[in-house]
Amino acid sequence: MTSVQFAAVSDADLAEVALTRTEYLHLVEGLGREPNRLELGIVGALWSEHCSYKTSKPLLRTLPTKGPHVLQGPGENAGAVDIGNGLACVFKIESHNHPSAIEPYQGAATGVGGILRDIFTMGARPVALLDSLRFGPLDEPHQRHLFDGVVAGIGGYGNCIGIPTVGGELYFDESYRTNCLVNAMCVGIVEQGKLTLATASGPGNLVLLVGADTGRDGIHGASFASVVLDADSAARRPAVQVGNPFLEKCLMEACLELAGDPRVIAMQDLGAAGLCGSTAELAHRGGCGIEVDVARASRRETGMTPYEVMLSESQERMLIVAKPGDVRSLQEVFERWDLHSDVVAVILPEQRFIVRDGCDPVCDLPLDLLVDGAPPRGAPGPRPEGPPTVTAAGIPPPPWTPDEAILQLIGSPNLGSRESVYRRYDHQVGDATVILPGGDAALVRVGGTSLGLALATDGNSRYTALDARQGAMIAVCEAARNVVATGAKPVAVTNCLNFANPEHADVWWDLHDAIEGIGEACRALEIPVVSGNVSLYNDTGGTGIDPTVVIGMVGVIDDVAQRCTAGFRDEGDLIALVGPVEAELDGSEYQRLAHGVNAGAPPRLDIDLERRVQSFIVEAVSAGLLHSAHDCAEGGIAIAIAESCLLGDIGAWVGIDELGQGEGLIIGEAGILFGESQSRFVISFAREALVRLHELAGRHSVPFRGLGSVGGERVCVTGCIDVSLVDVRRAHEGALIERE
Amino acid sequence: MLWHKDRDLRGADCVILPGGFAYGDYLRAGAVARFAPLMESVAAFANAGGLVWGICNGFQILCEAHLLPGALTRNTSLEFRCIPTWLRVESVDSGFTAGCARGDVLQIPISHGEGRFVADEETLAMLEREHRVAFRYVRRDGSAVDGESPNGSMHDIAGIVSERRNVLGMMPHPERACEPLLGSSDGMQLFNNVAKLLSGNGVMPVAAVS
Repeated sequence: MTSVQFAAVSDADLAEVALTRTEYLHLVEGLGREPNRLELGIVGALWSEHCSYKTSKPLLRTLPTKGPHVLQGPGENAGAVDIGNGLACVFKIESHNHPSAIEPYQGAATGVGGILRDIFTMGARPVALLDSLRFGPLDEPHQRHLFDGVVAGIGGYGNCIGIPTVGGELYFDESYRTNCLVNAMCVGIVEQGKLTLATASGPGNLVLLVGADTGRDGIHGASFASVVLDADSAARRPAVQVGNPFLEKCLMEACLELAGDPRVIAMQDLGAAGLCGSTAELAHRGGCGIEVDVARASRRETGMTPYEVMLSESQERMLIVAKPGDVRSLQEVFERWDLHSDVVAVILPEQRFIVRDGCDPVCDLPLDLLVDGAPPRGAPGPRPEGPPTVTAAGIPPPPWTPDEAILQLIGSPNLGSRESVYRRYDHQVGDATVILPGGDAALVRVGGTSLGLALATDGNSRYTALDARQGAMIAVCEAARNVVATGAKPVAVTNCLNFANPEHADVWWDLHDAIEGIGEACRALEIPVVSGNVSLYNDTGGTGIDPTVVIGMVGVIDDVAQRCTAGFRDEGDLIALVGPVEAELDGSEYQRLAHGVNAGAPPRLDIDLERRVQSFIVEAVSAGLLHSAHDCAEGGIAIAIAESCLLGDIGAWVGIDELGQGEGLIIGEAGILFGESQSRFVISFAREALVRLHELAGRHSVPFRGLGSVGGERVCVTGCIDVSLVDVRRAHEGALIERE
Repeated sequence: MLWHKDRDLRGADCVILPGGFAYGDYLRAGAVARFAPLMESVAAFANAGGLVWGICNGFQILCEAHLLPGALTRNTSLEFRCIPTWLRVESVDSGFTAGCARGDVLQIPISHGEGRFVADEETLAMLEREHRVAFRYVRRDGSAVDGESPNGSMHDIAGIVSERRNVLGMMPHPERACEPLLGSSDGMQLFNNVAKLLSGNGVMPVAAVS
């Protein structure tokens, strides 16, 4: 080793690469010597939580990842499932929380760019994007700044590259005041034979670095994402990358042109930890080694050190592994798209990670130690005793009439219309969006087939804050319900786990419990987890976010013409509630708005009933019995009915007497109207379908209650609610508009 | 599909410049694309009376290339808008609109951040006088929006034609409104009009053949 060698490592050096002293000693032991500075930086990046999953990996192993449709589970750039017709659907969700908190536009934009690359690296053409966003209360100027910047960044990148942003979710809560969440999901389609993996093979094969030149942007991004934010975080702005969607468009088209091409042995995008992370993972997956020559990488700036070249997170870059004889012809393909490429590495037979700067060897690490050697982190302490349970009991409800309550709820930031957001995203480019944003799940048709993909993200952090396990189960069920409401059958899940500092026992145990909950719900519903991402350290100055589980669900409907939408349709149609009636207000949006707390236990969940209810809806839609189906979620039955009215632009009359009878419940009680009991849908249908639906409900053993009928221009619940649709719409549409 | 670096139109009967973000549109929509090698051939084709149809980014490029008058600037909201719009057919003496009736209302979505049509008073007066406003944004029922269009276009202009009626530029996306499954099939009328014209069954508008 040359001059970069150094003797003792200081605490400051370790802090810079986000390694603990224990981890450092583990590294020295594995290496049999002290690492040089470059090696230390590389290990720091790859042993960061973001790259190594050192905290979450042992927990994630418990998730169900196999199923008859699974073509690729976790471990590659994205998961893939068989959707029929010889096609695979490739998808993944990923967080870009830390960069977005510092620089919302570029943070969100490059989050979209990064998840797109994960999909087209697999050879799949991206067909849809979804975004799950969380901010602090919107009436604070800084939150408005973050929110506007993130929405603009998502639109700026997605619109420009021409992939529709079809859905997602948006919540505002105190817990995200200092740590916003930006999770982006991408879904792509590929012929199964063209599915491309990021597994290098063949010693002597060459590695092309294609796309953007390497600059100083984003150095330490992976480590940055793996520490708590502090007052100095704004000074880390250089750790946030800048996106170039047009370059990515060219890169995407070139890579898709090469999908399935026998000259391409493997393809791997550059994401977290840049060239270092991508080359190491590429070689490690293939059980070989790699030798990178940083001198060969084209730079954006002069004077960059090997360290900076290896750790730069400059966007829009890709690695291609090819036989030496094929390199030139592949470069010609890229040149047609005005993409520059350099041969930067060679595959080695032995599992080593070697970096050279021209003739100088500057790094030589055992690959296994680098990629898999981070000491796993277990529980930092025993499960803490639960904090004193907050209760809403002592807090009197506000003097709202039911009319006022429904308008308050539907006009609240969490339940209000998202139209002012999704109209800023091109959600139709590609001419495939059959169900537009605004309903339960978006539905995107698959070109050349009758198939449709129903896509949704979901995760209610109020529930996970109260009970991580139960909340996570509900997140899976609710995402599945969104997909089912279109008539599609859920096929697989991707998940993004956003948590605070896992070095705190309560956070670690919440993570543990949430993963258990996801596993249990996915096993019960027979929906495997094929990809995902963990974002920890969403904590600023000791204030962490509530545990937030975001589930991205993909469902398939055989014939898009059979789809069902959430809006009421025809005057005179009957309305029914499928699922249980209970009066649970704990953890509800109503509780938060009316009582100002999030308290008690999340709604009960009978996973077996959930499965039956979902089967009932899928079967009812495919039999053509329904005119609308809408998941009953935040805000309960009353809000679900109001939403179906808004989407269909028609009123409804509901006799809620039906609900209370025999249950010992008080009619008009907030718990019935606004409680968020699980496993429920509000459906509408022609009168003629009633008998068959009753019969079907009996066969699936699901509760089925007639509620009323569709028609008029008011939302009426006899004896308590009577508001005009115009007023409901005004409240709904005004929810996110900035008040002067 | 023609490649931007080519110059050969390969015998096309009608050139459609589709929507998108050509070269990223980082500077100003269409400002770079107008210099694409292919655009030289498109301009020559248009100047010779060939049918050229610019949709969204295509319209922006046509204005930048001075094949159509005026310019498309940022929406007055300063935000991107992807929403359904309703267009009133204002002029039927072009091959693109010949099969429509004046006053027809078409439901066709927009999706752009820079779609506000602007021109000086003289140009606007000329466009109106010569009946070259092809489409105007209206309400669903066909009534005038009177300046309240989705992007703030002057005279609520959504699309214009060239003096010879052979070049059409429009911000809305008719190709996104070609089947009921996607919410509207009104855009198909425009494609049918062009197809009819090109197959020889349509009457070439007088201005285009003169």
